[in-house]
Amino acid sequence: MRGIRLLAAATILLGAVVGPASSDDPLKVGFIYVGPTGDHGWNYQHDQGRMLVEETFGDAVDVSYAESVPEGADSERLMTQMALSGYDLIFTTSFGYMDPTINVASKFPDVVFEHSTGYKRADNVAIYNARFYEGRAVTGHIAGHVTKSNVVGYIATYPIPEVVRGINAAFLAARKVNPDVEFKIIWVYTWFNPPIEADAANALIEQGADVILQHVDSTAALLVAEEHGIWAFGQASDMSEFGPNSHITSIVNNWAPYYVERVRAVMDGTWQSTDTWEGLSTGMVEVSEISDKIPAEVKASALAVRDAIADGSLHPFTGPINRQDGTMWLAAGETASDGDLLGQNFYVEGIDEELPQ
Amino acid sequence: MLRLEARAQPSALMQTAAPLLALAATVVGGGILFLILGKNPFVSIRIIFWDPLFDASLVSYTRPQLLVKAAPLIMIALGLSFGFRAGIWNIGAEGQFVMGALAGSAVGLALHPLEAFWILPLMVLCGIAGGIAWAMIPALLRVYFRTNEILVSLMLVYVSYRILTALVTGPLRSPIGYNFPESRSFHDNPSMHNAELWSGTGIHIGILVAGILVVVCWYVMRRHLFGYHVNLMGQSNKVAGFAGVRINLVIICCLGITGALAGAAGVFEVTGPAGKLSPHFPVGYGFTAIIVAFLGRLNPIGILFAGLLMALTYIGGELAQFILDAPAAAIQVFQGMLLFFLVAADLLVNYRVKLAVPGGLFKPRPAESDAGGKST
Amino acid sequence: MNQLSAISPELLIASVMVASTPILLAALGELVVEKAGVLNLGVEGLMIIGAVCGFAMAVITGSVFVGAVAAMVGGAMLALVFAFLTQYLLSNQVATGLATTLFGLGLASLIGKPFIGERPPPMPRLQVEFLSDLPFIGHVLFSHDPILYLALLLAFLVWYFLRYTKMGLVLRAVGENHDAAHSIGYSVRLTRLAAICFGGALAGLGGCYLSLVRVPQWSEGMTAGAGWIALALVVFSSWRPLRLVLGAWLFGGVTVLQLNLQAAGVGIGVAYLSVAPYVVTIVVLVLISLNRSQRLLNAPACLGRSFFITS
Repeated sequence: MRGIRLLAAATILLGAVVGPASSDDPLKVGFIYVGPTGDHGWNYQHDQGRMLVEETFGDAVDVSYAESVPEGADSERLMTQMALSGYDLIFTTSFGYMDPTINVASKFPDVVFEHSTGYKRADNVAIYNARFYEGRAVTGHIAGHVTKSNVVGYIATYPIPEVVRGINAAFLAARKVNPDVEFKIIWVYTWFNPPIEADAANALIEQGADVILQHVDSTAALLVAEEHGIWAFGQASDMSEFGPNSHITSIVNNWAPYYVERVRAVMDGTWQSTDTWEGLSTGMVEVSEISDKIPAEVKASALAVRDAIADGSLHPFTGPINRQDGTMWLAAGETASDGDLLGQNFYVEGIDEELPQ
Repeated sequence: MLRLEARAQPSALMQTAAPLLALAATVVGGGILFLILGKNPFVSIRIIFWDPLFDASLVSYTRPQLLVKAAPLIMIALGLSFGFRAGIWNIGAEGQFVMGALAGSAVGLALHPLEAFWILPLMVLCGIAGGIAWAMIPALLRVYFRTNEILVSLMLVYVSYRILTALVTGPLRSPIGYNFPESRSFHDNPSMHNAELWSGTGIHIGILVAGILVVVCWYVMRRHLFGYHVNLMGQSNKVAGFAGVRINLVIICCLGITGALAGAAGVFEVTGPAGKLSPHFPVGYGFTAIIVAFLGRLNPIGILFAGLLMALTYIGGELAQFILDAPAAAIQVFQGMLLFFLVAADLLVNYRVKLAVPGGLFKPRPAESDAGGKST
Repeated sequence: MNQLSAISPELLIASVMVASTPILLAALGELVVEKAGVLNLGVEGLMIIGAVCGFAMAVITGSVFVGAVAAMVGGAMLALVFAFLTQYLLSNQVATGLATTLFGLGLASLIGKPFIGERPPPMPRLQVEFLSDLPFIGHVLFSHDPILYLALLLAFLVWYFLRYTKMGLVLRAVGENHDAAHSIGYSVRLTRLAAICFGGALAGLGGCYLSLVRVPQWSEGMTAGAGWIALALVVFSSWRPLRLVLGAWLFGGVTVLQLNLQAAGVGIGVAYLSVAPYVVTIVVLVLISLNRSQRLLNAPACLGRSFFITS
């Protein structure tokens, strides 16, 4: 029982001393990453956001991070330690941190948490995610145009809604401009394994793919594409430097403005638990500079698609869309609800592969 | 020139002094490492070794968390120590840990949504069974075909990872989890939840079990006939055979004990601190436990301390990461360094280092360069 | 089954050869180490040190060959730490090997920090008039990079060395019965030291094949378990260098084939094919152990045991 009282005492003490927006003390902000910041993908982009926070607020914030933190018990302990050390705001940047974040947040009501890509919220836990599928619709559009073999390769990670949604969005956009296009999909069951990703890219190329889309985090597929002289797209960060000839564009996760905004909200005392799911319109998802190596008219139409999605005039999932088995999902003109998208676990009609279940 | 001489008995003094020497060397080496990285070496070392134990704002949490982190390491290492003493090299405890967690979870999840007090105990029993079953593969292959258990047990770790991934993307996937590759949360189901005994500490029943096991293993190793047989086998299979030890039975028991303890640790971990199955649930306890077993010199009391020391470097390392902004890799290097020094210092326990006059102690045979020991 | 026709055997074989080279090199090194009676579980750490050293030096000097040499030196240096601890300080090989992996992974990340996002110079490929243009054979045999050929050559050389040279005999004797080898005047520790360093160098070379050829890029943790597969491969080959080549192709092949089958749309259960190498290795182990004479011939009897002279 001693433990409870000590912990409670510590919480109260910390809350009193370094409460948000209280004194001249810098606001302590922590970031927790699931992999190394040097992955040039998911964690790298979150870390870019952290740097912008540091740059923007200077001495008004004290920002730290911990990388390669395993999901589960280890992350829960780390969050607790951060909270005990007087952190005011903690960003937990991987899906697997969801339950730990909720658990720790319930013990530290005065500490504010931001969890990315999950679905559980609390009074002091906000969630945020990006509509990557909007970017994928743009890449799918380009892929449909530039493919000569009509075979587009797709390197997928785990069969979760996020990834399935991305495949569907890219496929629908590609089919729209090229009715003959076909997707070949490889599940690698990892987010980051450069050699396997390279092998997967090779396998797709050997089977006729001349454009490669990827949901994995490393730059391996792009390098392979460069070597084979075919097209590819980057993921998470701008990967153009890895494929001077092959790289068309990257879907960039731009968390930085959101992080700055949320830190400011805590400073101003206006922070609230919110559910943010933003895409191209706010720039949380960006389509990086499109290569001039693709035909100018394709680039122009891709930019038009991007702008249409951004201003809301085009929804990547607009009916009529059937499920793979032929049953109707969306009637003509109907757009997908967020709920439908969040739990998506089926391919749309036309994808000639079986979704792993 | 320095020369090594085997001690007839392990030095009691050195059993305590050697790890302390290694720690001192790590403090110096680690200090230099952090200095190179541009961090204050004294602060770095303080954060890693001192703060988790004595920092006023942290200890109420970090001290019990040391036990939480150490418990699975200690449980698995205790199991491994029997085999290692007998010369049976099961390095696949990680696989037994995973399969135990899987078996226990599968039974628990199959009974969902039933709520009953006996569900968690049943899950632990099934975890033990799962761990034993997985350990029996190398055990039986070794007994019947004399197949090398080091390699079989290691291979089975990878097989177990695949099975885990297959199950959490398939039959054990949570029906309410938006198709993410993970099981239902055990925390949401009181009957399956290995809850903390004192709120805010994270202490769960598995830690008490680990503590009891230290005593039990110490007793078995020292006083029980089985411990005697194990030690005899470690010296020589032949001698053990003459002394009437049923070698095959000892092999099966040793691997079975490891499997049982690793499997139980797996269930405690997944139903408690981890909370659910996912492909990222195993964080290498089974491998780290091998190091713990050796650092503890295969002695239950030693394993207790070695497990706590490893846990300390994890928890202190996490603190160092976010307080100092030290990269995770620096902590890995630091841990690696600590292990290198610890295994090196172990030499002092079983050997005496003597100053030798070159020439005088050397016989003219070329092989003497071996006998002469390494000049350092 | 018409989907299978989408897989071109020619391209598949060429891919398999590339995919298997890193594990072939690392396993070849470990084979020599194990033949000398030492079990080094640090292969993963050695490989990643090689990957980063090779990459860093290739970027700095602009030469992939300097990079490859640096990778071998880097791997050998870390192996030397393992050798010193296990051979001279008589530390336990299993524990020391695991510590080597931990240390190597961490150190490689630290060394690699400044090199993230860099691009290495390209590795030249064999291009022989006529031969490289031959159908099938040309692509399979005459279109690769020098390290791939070196790996195959090394497999042959290791086989020859172990089988037909005096030093190879000494090495095997040391691994078979170190007390006997010592008593006839061979230096057990020096032999093992040399073997461990050779193993480290080859693991390093295998690692840099990943960062310079197969991916070409440096990212933290990029070996992603290849070192452990190499360990399995040694056993699978029952400590025979030439069988090791076949094993590497099989191990690499299963992965590549699995991906190809997925791309060809042949069911999805094939993802589980990736578990096959481990299961097959266990089966092979059992078969080897069934055959008593073969077991005695191949598995080094002193594997994993420390050597200390009491006299």
